[in-house]
Amino acid sequence: MIEARGLTKHYGAKAAVDGLSFTVRPGVVTGFLGPNGSGKSTTMRMIMGLDAPTRGTVTVNGQRFGDLRWPLREVGALLEARAFHPGRTARAHLTMLAQTNRLPARRVGDLLELVGLSAVADQRAGKFSLGMGQRLGIAAALLGDPGVLLFDEPVNGLDPDGIRWVRHLLRGLAAEGRTVFVSSHLMSEMSLTADEVVIIGRGRLIEQVAIGDLLARSAHRYVRVRSPQAAALREALERDGATVTVEDDGSLSVRGLDGPSVGEVAAALGATLHELSPQSASLEEAFMELTDSSVDYRGATTNAPEAP
Amino acid sequence: MTTLLATAHAALVRHGGPRHGLRFGLLIIVVIVVAVVVLIQRQRRRDRTTMEVASPTAATSDGHPAVVRLVEPVPPGHYHFSDLVRAEWTKLRTVRSTGWTLLITVVLGLGISAVATAETRSHWSSTPAFQHVGFDPTATSLIGIFVAQFAIGALGVLAMSSEYSSGTIRATFSAAPNRLRVLAAKLLVFGVLAVVFAEVVSFASFFLGQALLTSPATHATLSSPGALRAVVGAGLFVAALGLLAMGLATMMRFTAAALSTFVGVLLIAPLIAQALPTALNQDIRRFLPDRIGTTMLTTTTQNPFTFSPWVGLGVLALYVVGVNVVGAILLTRRDA
Repeated sequence: MIEARGLTKHYGAKAAVDGLSFTVRPGVVTGFLGPNGSGKSTTMRMIMGLDAPTRGTVTVNGQRFGDLRWPLREVGALLEARAFHPGRTARAHLTMLAQTNRLPARRVGDLLELVGLSAVADQRAGKFSLGMGQRLGIAAALLGDPGVLLFDEPVNGLDPDGIRWVRHLLRGLAAEGRTVFVSSHLMSEMSLTADEVVIIGRGRLIEQVAIGDLLARSAHRYVRVRSPQAAALREALERDGATVTVEDDGSLSVRGLDGPSVGEVAAALGATLHELSPQSASLEEAFMELTDSSVDYRGATTNAPEAP
Repeated sequence: MTTLLATAHAALVRHGGPRHGLRFGLLIIVVIVVAVVVLIQRQRRRDRTTMEVASPTAATSDGHPAVVRLVEPVPPGHYHFSDLVRAEWTKLRTVRSTGWTLLITVVLGLGISAVATAETRSHWSSTPAFQHVGFDPTATSLIGIFVAQFAIGALGVLAMSSEYSSGTIRATFSAAPNRLRVLAAKLLVFGVLAVVFAEVVSFASFFLGQALLTSPATHATLSSPGALRAVVGAGLFVAALGLLAMGLATMMRFTAAALSTFVGVLLIAPLIAQALPTALNQDIRRFLPDRIGTTMLTTTTQNPFTFSPWVGLGVLALYVVGVNVVGAILLTRRDA
């Protein structure tokens, strides 16, 4: 369980995180979404006690991180891709971490095995690819068998196999009853992994919502219809209060009526249907909708930059 | 190594004696640093081979990877200072820079001392007798460890700054959020290593140097006036500088900044002081580490503008404490 209450971090005059409150529950994967620079990493560093909040509190299992008696046994974190000395071997890196929390030496070998780094355990970690570095970071996070896990962009630099592995790992950790908090800029990845998302923009909470609900109520939800009698069907649908757009390929995008209703209108009209498919918005679109107003910096081509 | 010693030997002969030991020490540092860099580069090239990596472990039947559960019960209490000491020792011995800098310390400590004493011996008969009067066999044999201060200093800086440059500091504080406890463990582990190592090298270079100062040259034994103090003190002096360097790194976090400050204090500060009016210069210089170190090594007539050896070491210890206290305050206040 992670609980943030009014969490605020100022860098000079600028608030990187501003009055953020949310709760990350055990047993589910909670995604942490926001545009770049919205304060995700800063928030994660504050949870881990690395950055001190300007105001507000954040607790892990009801305690401030600094008060945990065996931090590695309670919280594991992957905060950056390469948080290890390039000259130290993977085994030495994990060994020194294990020693800080009096973890049995056997853990190091077990975790190296789990993340598939046994063969290179005694090579200097500086030679590792980005993906291997991520896996070493994941091994470090899992070292103390913690009940709370934080991952900042865990699939960065991983190949498709590695991405699938991380996805399964995160879901498996949550299924074991652990609290799993994972940030990602890959919305599609999040829709496959997370059960719930905490969405922030400009350091503020926009919404904490179940993924399904977020997708379901999006304005981008519509029904795609193809029919040889498109013009007549369109008229009939509009009479029933739907908004209909004709797409370039001749299909109709119907908003305001759900799939069954569209089918009944077509049946009453006696129109032939070649396609009737309800389209749900991608998480990406739902996310863009929510954060549209809170993106800090836009490309100059779409919008003039704000005056400083 | 023989080539190196021969080069230093030749240079020493040209410049006329061991009094220039420091200058040759610096020359040798440059040579060694270049050699080490070349060696490391070659090693890196050799290491840059493709690595075969296994896939992460297969999933369990329900498609989830088996996370190895920790079966041992959680120990009572909380993570302890002794746990951090063990971790810091692991950190220190598992990076190559530790081995390299200790090797350089031995090479400089023994090599320069050997050159200085052997040279003195071979030119003894051709040196006018009045120059034999002030000869300090102890200091001459310890000149190497005095130069090795740079290697120990570099190790002290790197042990802290490399945590920041590599990001390991975040992993460290995520495992042990009590930063003062981490810092104390680091200072203790490095401090003990530095003292033990510097003392061993100091004693070894003393005995080596005295053995090379054969008759007719005068030599010292540990029971000669001031000799034991100089040998023990030289080791402590170098170890204290190492802790000073570590404190600078805690304050500044960047290797280059801390290392150049450390070298600046030792080499540049005396030069700046020299540019001042003589009285002021001498008043200032007694507070500078290089004068404190020279005094510690000297068993004959001391420079009149200096603290006594142990008072000097005390002054240096105050610097060490001061710098590390400032470092500790910054460490707890700053975001990691």
